[in-house]
Amino acid sequence: MRCAGCVGAVETALRALPGVQQADVNFADRTATVRGEVSQGALIEAVVKAGYQARQVEEETDNGEQQAAEQAHYRKLLHQSWFALAVAVPALLFGFPAMLGGAIPHTLMRWGSPVLAVLTLCVMLYSGPQFFKGAWKSLRNHNATMDTLISVGLGAAWGYSVTVTLAPQWFPAGTAEPFWDVIAVVTGLVVLGQALEMRARGRTSEAVKRLIGLKPKTARVVRNGQEIDVPLAEVHVGEILRVRPGEKIPVDGVLTEGHSSVDESMLTGEPMPLEKSAGNEVAGGTLNKSGSFLFRATRVGKDTALSRIVEMVKQAQGAKPAIGRLADVIAAYFVPAVLIIAVVTFVVWFDFGPEPHLNYAMVAAVTVLVIACPCALGLATPMSVMVGVGKAAEHGILIRNGDALQQAGRLTTIVLDKTGTVTQGKPAVTAIVPVPGMAAGTVLQWAASLEAGSEHPLAEAIVAKARESGLSWPAATQFQAVAGHGVHGQVEGAHVRLGNSKFMEDHGIDCKPLRSEAERQAAGAATPMYLAANGKLAGIIAVADPVKADSQQAIERLRQLGIRVVMLTGDNAATAHAVAAKVGISEVMAEVLPQDKDKQVAELMRHGEIVGMVGDGINDAPALARADVGFAIGTGTDVAIESADITLMSGSLNGVANAIAISRATVRNIKQNLFGAFIYNSLGIPVAAGVLYPVFGLLLNPMIAGAAMAMSSVTVVSNAGRLRWFKP
Amino acid sequence: MSALIVTLAGIAVIGLVVWWFWLSKPRATRVVSQDAIEIRVKDGTYQPAAIEVAAGQALNLKFVREDATPCAEKVVFDDLGITADLPLNQAKTVAIPGLTPGEHEFTCQMGMYRGRLIARP
Repeated sequence: MRCAGCVGAVETALRALPGVQQADVNFADRTATVRGEVSQGALIEAVVKAGYQARQVEEETDNGEQQAAEQAHYRKLLHQSWFALAVAVPALLFGFPAMLGGAIPHTLMRWGSPVLAVLTLCVMLYSGPQFFKGAWKSLRNHNATMDTLISVGLGAAWGYSVTVTLAPQWFPAGTAEPFWDVIAVVTGLVVLGQALEMRARGRTSEAVKRLIGLKPKTARVVRNGQEIDVPLAEVHVGEILRVRPGEKIPVDGVLTEGHSSVDESMLTGEPMPLEKSAGNEVAGGTLNKSGSFLFRATRVGKDTALSRIVEMVKQAQGAKPAIGRLADVIAAYFVPAVLIIAVVTFVVWFDFGPEPHLNYAMVAAVTVLVIACPCALGLATPMSVMVGVGKAAEHGILIRNGDALQQAGRLTTIVLDKTGTVTQGKPAVTAIVPVPGMAAGTVLQWAASLEAGSEHPLAEAIVAKARESGLSWPAATQFQAVAGHGVHGQVEGAHVRLGNSKFMEDHGIDCKPLRSEAERQAAGAATPMYLAANGKLAGIIAVADPVKADSQQAIERLRQLGIRVVMLTGDNAATAHAVAAKVGISEVMAEVLPQDKDKQVAELMRHGEIVGMVGDGINDAPALARADVGFAIGTGTDVAIESADITLMSGSLNGVANAIAISRATVRNIKQNLFGAFIYNSLGIPVAAGVLYPVFGLLLNPMIAGAAMAMSSVTVVSNAGRLRWFKP
Repeated sequence: MSALIVTLAGIAVIGLVVWWFWLSKPRATRVVSQDAIEIRVKDGTYQPAAIEVAAGQALNLKFVREDATPCAEKVVFDDLGITADLPLNQAKTVAIPGLTPGEHEFTCQMGMYRGRLIARP
């Protein structure tokens, strides 16, 4: 589109399509927003017919295009660097004729300087224009960056060299030495450093690129009874899609037909494939392993779990933990401060330095400008955060912000909610013990009749067990629930009661025959329920919420990390202690009302503990928000995830230990980077200024300073890159 | 004599650096448009780098990154908790919620590219 007139033409073409309700074209960013029901292909065709070009705006940046642009920039930097270093060869030979045994002909020496003046100007124009452009633009914004330092350094060196070439008589004898070699070498090395840094940085954001890369490009949709391949963007919510073995699942949905095992490790870090059948949820980006199945799309585009994870990880990668704030403050004042130090250096050398003092002053000032590396300071924190957050995402751990990343490593106490966190959160019948002469099936059938209409988790467990056992059960009549005790009703002419021992004893039912069995079950972390028919005990049904297979091992890992582990639950003390004993927790806070959970967390914090709370339910949300770091189990409720700082995509508690280990490694890495950057600058700048000269006679060459500067940022980025190999 | 001149010149340059980089602020671009405000990321800077907006009013900033340097790939609004990836040679719109009166800085990840949103009540 060349003019605003084209806007009307494109809008008319789009609005003429059947199904289009509204079409608006934005001339400024060359985009059209269309509302209605029409395919993307039809829209593009209409625009093309109207004489223009169109393509879909990518929701996610096209990885390939982006990579190609980065590659092109990398190659350009390399060419710029090679050119400068090529010019550096004759410049060095001219500066140090001794390298050729002093055998440079007189004519060459005479014309060498003007030729090098032109060549180094070419170096600055071809290899380093970005420094000068950046410095000028920043200067106009009252801002100073690394570009400012490099361009002032190079500019001063070149101006000085040209002056001594054109008017050597203005300078005291012996001081008229040009710096052609410095200009070429410093430009070449700094640009080479930028290229290497770019290469290393590309690897630090690999985690997100890998996540984005999980999305397949197309999906196989069933339309009008036919399976057709369509671009991912054209899949709508509610459509049925086919996935074959070995294919990636394109969007989020619910399986409707068929069954398979699905590898979700890319999202959850959980290595074992999960069995999926009709009714199970499947997530976009995960890998279908064995069977072919159909599923109904429930979330597409940016609403899928994968897209939300990518967005969250990208957000967190830009976050700054508190530890990096000091470096930010320093970085803001750093460049002008270096400019001042360079001026002071020049003046001091000029006023008090040995002869040729002008030359010394120039060398020292340029070296200060070139050696100072604000980049190393600025990069120290973000690079490590980028890799650390990405590493966590690889393990199914989503870190929401920088402070959570830092705090997780400092935790002293982890508070675990019991149900759904330590346990699976899905109670199941673990034992049915009838009295002699009674069949276990009858006990279960009666219990199922009473509980069929209830939504209580224990009732659901009983009904599920009855269904699993292939039983059918008659409906109960005159059903009544007695809160906190149990339920009763008529089942096929018998009056049946199901509840705790108090409920039975209150109605004169003798529980003695099965009391010891009931106590044994309670000690094994199950909840025993007595069942009686027509006033006589018939049996007990024990329901337990099994602990997750790896809870005990994860808790042991936390302990090895030096962390105190506490279990917090609203459940009764006997069950709570039994569960705690199974997984190796010695501290239990039982019978805590949901509204008091956050008070318990606050109490621990008041005693100086740095507390991490792990939970999955709505009732955990206040405690998750209160804790120093809230960990939500990703299989839990959205409310809990919203309130948490860290989300564990898999249900495993190992995620907590992993998150803590990654946090510690990342913070350690940040500290190394910051330490390196501070030490580098705080030693490098004074040495460059010549503080060692009076005692040791040591003054740095600006070329060495350039190499050191280039390497310092590469070192910081490479050190952050080491985190990629960290195994929690 | 030359020492005195160089010393005085040095002091003058230091004064200039302090004044230009620390004491004086660039004039802000005042925004009246309701559309997204376009910010070019180019040659190591945000252009415009200072933008005056009305406090309390949500706005959209459209970043167009023309600078291939990796430093420019993210823009961070630290005090607002917003981070966005800026794809090269493409526009990226960042939604900013209503701002409290005062200055809100946005920077690249390293804090080298700097810009300010100045929210006036």
